[in-house]
Amino acid sequence: MMDGLSRMKKFHQARWNEPIIYQLSEPGQRGVLVPGPCCDCVSKEEVLGTLPAHMVRKDKANLPEIAQLQLVRHYNHLSQGNIGVDGNIDIGQGTCTMKYSPKVNERLAGSPKLLHMHPLQPAKTAQGVLEIIHKTGELFKSISGLDVFSVQPGGGSHGVLALASIVRAYWRDKGEEEKRDEVITTLFSHPADAAVPIVKGYKVIIIQPDSEGYPDIEAFKAALSDRTAAIFFTNPEDTGIFNVRIKEFTKLAHEKGVLCCYDQANANGLLGITRTAEADFDMSFFNLHKTFSAPHGCGGPATGMVAAKKELRPYMPVPMVEYSPEKGYYLDFDLPKSCGKIKSFWGVIPVVLKSYSWIMSLGADGLREVSRVAILNNNYCMKKILAIKGASMSFPHHPSRIEQVRYSWEKLKQDTGFGTADVQRCIPDFGTHYWSSHEPFVIPEPFTIEPSESYSKTDIDDYCAVLAEISRMCYEEPEAVKNAPQNSTVHRIDDDYFDDPAKYSITWRSYNRKYKGYFEPK
Amino acid sequence: MKIGFLVNPVAGMGGKVALKGTDGEEILRRAIELGAVPEANSRAETALAIFREAALHHQFYTAAGEMGGRLLSENGLVHKTVFEPSKKTTSDDTKKSVSLMLEAGAEAIIFAGGDGTARDVCSIVGDRIPVIGIPAGVKIHSAVYAKRPKDAGTLVKNLLLGKVKRFVLAEVMDLDEDAFRKNIVNARLYGYMRVPDDREFMQNRKSGSTGSDESESMDVAAYVVKSMNDDEIYLIGSGSTTYSILQGLGINGTLLGVDAVLNRKLAGKDLTESDIKNILSGLEKEKRHLVITVIGGQGHIFGRGNQQLSPDVIRMIPKENITVIANSSKMSALFGKNLIADTGDTVLDEELKGYIPVITGFSKKIMAKVG
Amino acid sequence: MGKKVYPYIPNSEPEVQKEMLEFIGVKSIEDLIADIPEEVRMKEAMKLPEPFTDEVGIYRHVSGIMNKNVTAEELRCFLGAGCYNRYVPAVVDEVINRSEFLTAYAGEPYEDHGRFQALFEYQSMMAELLDFDVCNVPTYDGSQAASTALRMATRITRRKEVIVPRNLNPDVMKVVETYLQPDVKITYVDYNDKTGRICLDSLKANLSERVAAVLVMNPNFFGVIEDKAQEISDMAHKVGAMMVAYVEPSTLGVLTPPSHYGADIACGEIQSLGIHMNYGGGVAGFIATSEKPEMVEEYPSRLFGIAPTSEGEWGFGDVLWERTSFANRDSAKEFVGTHSALWGIAAGVYLASMGPQGMKELGEAILQRQVCLKKQLAKVNGVKLDRFSGTPFEEIVVDFSGTGKSVEVINEKLLEKGILGGYDLERSFPELEGCSLLCVTEQTTSEDIKAIADALCEILG
Repeated sequence: MMDGLSRMKKFHQARWNEPIIYQLSEPGQRGVLVPGPCCDCVSKEEVLGTLPAHMVRKDKANLPEIAQLQLVRHYNHLSQGNIGVDGNIDIGQGTCTMKYSPKVNERLAGSPKLLHMHPLQPAKTAQGVLEIIHKTGELFKSISGLDVFSVQPGGGSHGVLALASIVRAYWRDKGEEEKRDEVITTLFSHPADAAVPIVKGYKVIIIQPDSEGYPDIEAFKAALSDRTAAIFFTNPEDTGIFNVRIKEFTKLAHEKGVLCCYDQANANGLLGITRTAEADFDMSFFNLHKTFSAPHGCGGPATGMVAAKKELRPYMPVPMVEYSPEKGYYLDFDLPKSCGKIKSFWGVIPVVLKSYSWIMSLGADGLREVSRVAILNNNYCMKKILAIKGASMSFPHHPSRIEQVRYSWEKLKQDTGFGTADVQRCIPDFGTHYWSSHEPFVIPEPFTIEPSESYSKTDIDDYCAVLAEISRMCYEEPEAVKNAPQNSTVHRIDDDYFDDPAKYSITWRSYNRKYKGYFEPK
Repeated sequence: MKIGFLVNPVAGMGGKVALKGTDGEEILRRAIELGAVPEANSRAETALAIFREAALHHQFYTAAGEMGGRLLSENGLVHKTVFEPSKKTTSDDTKKSVSLMLEAGAEAIIFAGGDGTARDVCSIVGDRIPVIGIPAGVKIHSAVYAKRPKDAGTLVKNLLLGKVKRFVLAEVMDLDEDAFRKNIVNARLYGYMRVPDDREFMQNRKSGSTGSDESESMDVAAYVVKSMNDDEIYLIGSGSTTYSILQGLGINGTLLGVDAVLNRKLAGKDLTESDIKNILSGLEKEKRHLVITVIGGQGHIFGRGNQQLSPDVIRMIPKENITVIANSSKMSALFGKNLIADTGDTVLDEELKGYIPVITGFSKKIMAKVG
Repeated sequence: MGKKVYPYIPNSEPEVQKEMLEFIGVKSIEDLIADIPEEVRMKEAMKLPEPFTDEVGIYRHVSGIMNKNVTAEELRCFLGAGCYNRYVPAVVDEVINRSEFLTAYAGEPYEDHGRFQALFEYQSMMAELLDFDVCNVPTYDGSQAASTALRMATRITRRKEVIVPRNLNPDVMKVVETYLQPDVKITYVDYNDKTGRICLDSLKANLSERVAAVLVMNPNFFGVIEDKAQEISDMAHKVGAMMVAYVEPSTLGVLTPPSHYGADIACGEIQSLGIHMNYGGGVAGFIATSEKPEMVEEYPSRLFGIAPTSEGEWGFGDVLWERTSFANRDSAKEFVGTHSALWGIAAGVYLASMGPQGMKELGEAILQRQVCLKKQLAKVNGVKLDRFSGTPFEEIVVDFSGTGKSVEVINEKLLEKGILGGYDLERSFPELEGCSLLCVTEQTTSEDIKAIADALCEILG
């Protein structure tokens, strides 16, 4: 058998030169037909006659006209220009916890018993789905050590929004909403921990790391005051470093009455080892689409599940899903001090169901094994990457990492002039990828690798061999690097078209107005 | 495009013979005596090799001979000579060349030299047209220079190809050379020039974006303006970030000087130390405020270009009324370093140590250590 | 008990672990996390139920719970109120369940070209339906779209107050309230008690030069078409405010698009465009505007743009990545993150499969069923259909207050007959006690309509 690198070097992604769907349009074609009138009790003229004439659309919307096979083929081709967890060794999107989403959970979530549930149905017809939501909360009692839960937020940032909204509702109730207008976070917490509280009207103070890579506790002491409403800490941080003094931070905060919010987006290495409760946080959120295996769907739908101590229940988003022997499972809207609603209806239930099923198939031992292997994979991968010419890690004198590492190509850049953006352009030629999200950009030429428990040793070996090969190319074959990618669905994209209002086109109609035929593929 | 091209042929000669710069004729003479050879032209050529092809159909303006003309001729680039320098080139030759290039309609200036050269160019050009500095001097504290001659070449190429999307104001810093030769490092902020923004922006596909420097400065300025109390005095220190506060208030202040603002109006422009003392002493201590920014690549909040803010002045203002503002890109560049207060008074420097919030956005601060 | 095997954790195999640990140079996995201090360690193992480790077990366990549901498909559904029992063409499910789309996340426009193109096409088709030039990659839901649209308006106009009508969907209203709080003031305007439309007098009384935007839901929560939308736009524009229209996209094959009656920003929910209800989990929001830079710059969402590649192919990327807010410095710029991209792809497939004629026919089919339902219900004793005189589209307000029975009781009895009754308006509008909001979709049959009319005759005697 060919070795992994040799196979990956021969990779070529499907390249259909797929037209824009409008270019496939042919007048009169239809993809699906819709039913006609349900009966002939009223005529079409009578029906349309009910509408005020000026509210009737005069033209037809300019949508493509395309028969079903041609439509399916188009999207089939597009999907082949997309790789996903199922198509590649997806360890290059660090902080995202890319992992396998078991197919049985897709089958369960695709059941008509979920698909066709209307959110406003009477609770007695929705006992199954309410039970799933409630029992997911019950599981998280043990996973987080906290008491009350909401699955409403539609993603990680939305989870932060829910926490910040709870913080505001709490201080309003305590009569200190005006005074407590600051939130403290750390530089290597997820960027949403700084960005989102600002939307809720907070001023955000950022703590930088000390030379060890830990948040500087002296700076934290200086920042903390009776104006602090809450702290938002990610742990381990996006560097992969676990803040070992975390309990000192929460102790100092609690002494000032401050609420402590734990961003558990990076929890994949912590299950069964340490929890929100042990670190003495009051609230946290978990990404069900990351740690708890629901697929990412090209960027959602997702769930940022909120967990809190029972003292904070009055401020949780409405409604809460509750159970009583008399009523069964039901939605409780009776939270007069609630922070309000965060999302339409009750949350992204298919994601909740997939995570529930995943946890129930692993149990306590299985979840602990998830984290143990995530840690093992990461440390194994780290040693391999650090052996690659031109690669190094952030905070090199702090070699201990949990489930991911932020690395640097600084040396590669110094030696060859090629940096992380160049590596990123090369890597699709090997049938895999890594991404560019590494805020804040203080680690030079950054890349972040998170080999979750789904990946085998061979997967990690192959991925690291690809990185080593690209490093070699940077040193020895600069021309090849400049012209990459060559084997991807498309070649180098001209990014001049994205920043200038005169040049960008966000829709096909805008393209046609500005350029019709100008840069159309020939 | 019309481009000015200028080489300071003697730049860099001091370094190899440990003279720390060649500003001043006496020093240059000693450098030559010590065996220094001109290197600026070879640095400039390294850059030129990269942008030459892109430059073939552009019009250059230059000074004759070693100040640029020779290099352009040898490389076959179309140029007009706007100035004939004297045999021993001086700072005046740089200034004259640049002003003639401007007169000829240059739309950008490329120059090779060190901090002294940058200062001379800046004194004529200011931030009117873009510049690109090819590093060739002994002292390179100015952010107007690219990291290496090669990088400068790439920037010029991108500029000529119309690929530069954004420009930023970069600091022109220079040492007091007399002090430097006595091993006293004392850089000063002399001005700002407009350079291509060469930061490689990575698209963060998950969590949103950061704004441009200009947008951020406006955010910071808005925050400071909003937090200003009536009937209290605000000294606005030197630098482009603090200048945006004055712009935000619609005040015609100074970029490099210290101005005073009272009730959102200008209460004093380009103040000297004694002016400042006079203004401050008219108000109770708690009504005196100072807004400063971080200057230079080492993270100075005092001691670089704001000498008017003497130890006496700083002592007149409560520590909690000193506000430091900066762009987050500046703070990122200083990542891992402490801020520095170099007031000239070691006792005061000691008092200023500790943690301070640096305002980097409308609702965003970074805790920084003054150490 | 034998060795545990985890099909989703290949490196749980002890031999592999041993080999990897040797390579790293440590004895155990515990050695790798030795610095996590004892004080934050769990003192005992998690207490979770015994797992269903085999696939048969987990399938039976979860489906056993879900089988307790009685779905809208198993009942005759007349419930709408912001989530619609629309038919989802099989082709939509086929595309979004392709694992290349389902399991991808945030790759680059090279190896994830497909998702960029699919979403660019979604943006393009939505823009055509709305007759605007720009549409975003979907937000969390319609509520978020409305909230963000209003915040965009506050930044563009540099004002801090918005007007929201009381006939807005109350679920959307609650999210808007959370999201705009604390810095944007919401002023509520009444609906006209007779027509169900926004009360123009109330709007006029509250409009001022402090107002950034007037929100209009069209059709509004009572199903009534806001046919004075142009007047509302004119009134808003007169004081320099923007008009934000929250529209139901599935009506736009028949109804005038918002840009034609002066809306500056359109927003809404795309669930009805080919996304299963999923107990309210199948939601995603859109925002659309003109292409003016001052509008585009204020989107917090992803916007995919088209560009050529070095080989002359179609390429895509993020437009205005470092989107800046040059306008109102005191307003937060919001945030972006994992939202609902997959549902955007679904809606794109839906719109392409329907085409221009399909969207028109869809609107007509819904409208026809609504007229038919109204006709049938008119025969039921004690039921009043003229609570609001405004023109309905897919939902109608049915007033049971003259029957002596509450909506709750009526719905209970309908359910016994296998009918999912309407939304009890009293839940959010105390003044509408006894009123129910009934909804039809293209899936509603004449048998369904006959069934509810018969059932009501029986229940109400």
